[in-house]
Amino acid sequence: MNEKLDITLTVNGRSHALGVEPRRNLADALRDDLGLTGTHVGCEHGVCGACTVLMDGRPVRSCLTFACQAEGAAIETVEGLADGDRLHPLQQKFWELHGLQCGFCTPGMLMLAAGALRENPDMDDEEIREVMSSNLCRCTGYQNILRAVRAAADVMRAEGAQG
Amino acid sequence: MKPASFSYHKPGSVSAALALLAQFGEEGKIIAGGQSLVPSMNFRLARPETLIDINHIAEIQGVSDQGDHLEIGAVTRHATFHHPVSPCPLGRMLTKVVANIAHYPIRQRGTFGGSLSHADPASEWCLVAVTMGAEMEIHGPAGARRVPAAQFFRGTFTTAVGRDELLARIRLPKLPEGWGTGFYEFSRRKGDFALAMALAALKVEGGTIRAARLGLGAVGAHPQRLEALEAELTGQPATPQTFAAIGARAQTMVTPSGDIHGSAEYRRELAATVIARALTRAAEDAA
Repeated sequence: MNEKLDITLTVNGRSHALGVEPRRNLADALRDDLGLTGTHVGCEHGVCGACTVLMDGRPVRSCLTFACQAEGAAIETVEGLADGDRLHPLQQKFWELHGLQCGFCTPGMLMLAAGALRENPDMDDEEIREVMSSNLCRCTGYQNILRAVRAAADVMRAEGAQG
Repeated sequence: MKPASFSYHKPGSVSAALALLAQFGEEGKIIAGGQSLVPSMNFRLARPETLIDINHIAEIQGVSDQGDHLEIGAVTRHATFHHPVSPCPLGRMLTKVVANIAHYPIRQRGTFGGSLSHADPASEWCLVAVTMGAEMEIHGPAGARRVPAAQFFRGTFTTAVGRDELLARIRLPKLPEGWGTGFYEFSRRKGDFALAMALAALKVEGGTIRAARLGLGAVGAHPQRLEALEAELTGQPATPQTFAAIGARAQTMVTPSGDIHGSAEYRRELAATVIARALTRAAEDAA
């Protein structure tokens, strides 16, 4: 019953071989097996969104996905957002516009916004509000998070237009 | 919390999944998107000894347009419907409905067939299936059988799918061009479980309702299609007075139970409101 499965996870473009019990959720595998502690674990039942990561480009709750189910998928975590020392526009704008206070929800908020903007780079304010309501924040009152996502989306669109 | 131990299997076909169900019997549990099952496993409300993961079965993924109906594979993600899967009124209606299902990341994993198999009373897709007269294709040891939505939902979290069976595909009949559709759901916070929801489809000519579909969800053990009210709507003017009167009639036809989220009386009044609002939206869409 407790037999471990040998799996390979692809996280931020790197392959990792690991042995996990089937019941090991993806969040715990990332944190405890791979040492990627940027992904936070809050409620463990899919409500708070702190553990949100991208799976094949889509934001998912890593507490509701078993690590063995993520084999073959491209996983992206907050550790993969920045380009070296250059912050991702979302990180930059969360910093500039005070989109965080204690920072516990921030990795989930960043990955949620990153995935949603990948599906629709032209989200209007109402769509951003709807998407960001998926995750809980107990500090900020959300307004600065919404401003930061809006500002980052504008930067990303401008950069995309240049590129 | 963490789930109890289980063994894990990842079949590549419906027949392989059925063989695993036969092998493990009562201890085997199908997992699709896992957005309801895994929370209950994490709380240890569910302790399956074996999970049979159907996410990799290609033959039950995606939506295909079959002319008079849409065929939806059981492990098609909710997010597939974020944009209309077909330009017909049904395709557009599915896009209106999906925005109300939980939250954006949940919709990336949760599946159409998983939602129907789970049969939560507050499931939007269950209401769609009942109101639109869906047909479920269930596979089992004796082959495939087709069950109409009216006979599929047996009660809260209970369906016609047997222990050794798998819901493989869902057929949703299309609405003809010219029909308008409207969905309205009430929950205390966006993304929460609905306290009441209604789905309406109307064919309106010169301000008069020529045909109607009407269903109510989250106000009983499973959604119900209100065929008596569909008949009453037919021939009536498409006006707020008509829709309010139909809502009031619906109140007398439902027997909700009260819980911490709302009393039975409150839910009955909410049923009238969501029906009137769904009908209003359908009439606006038809215009």
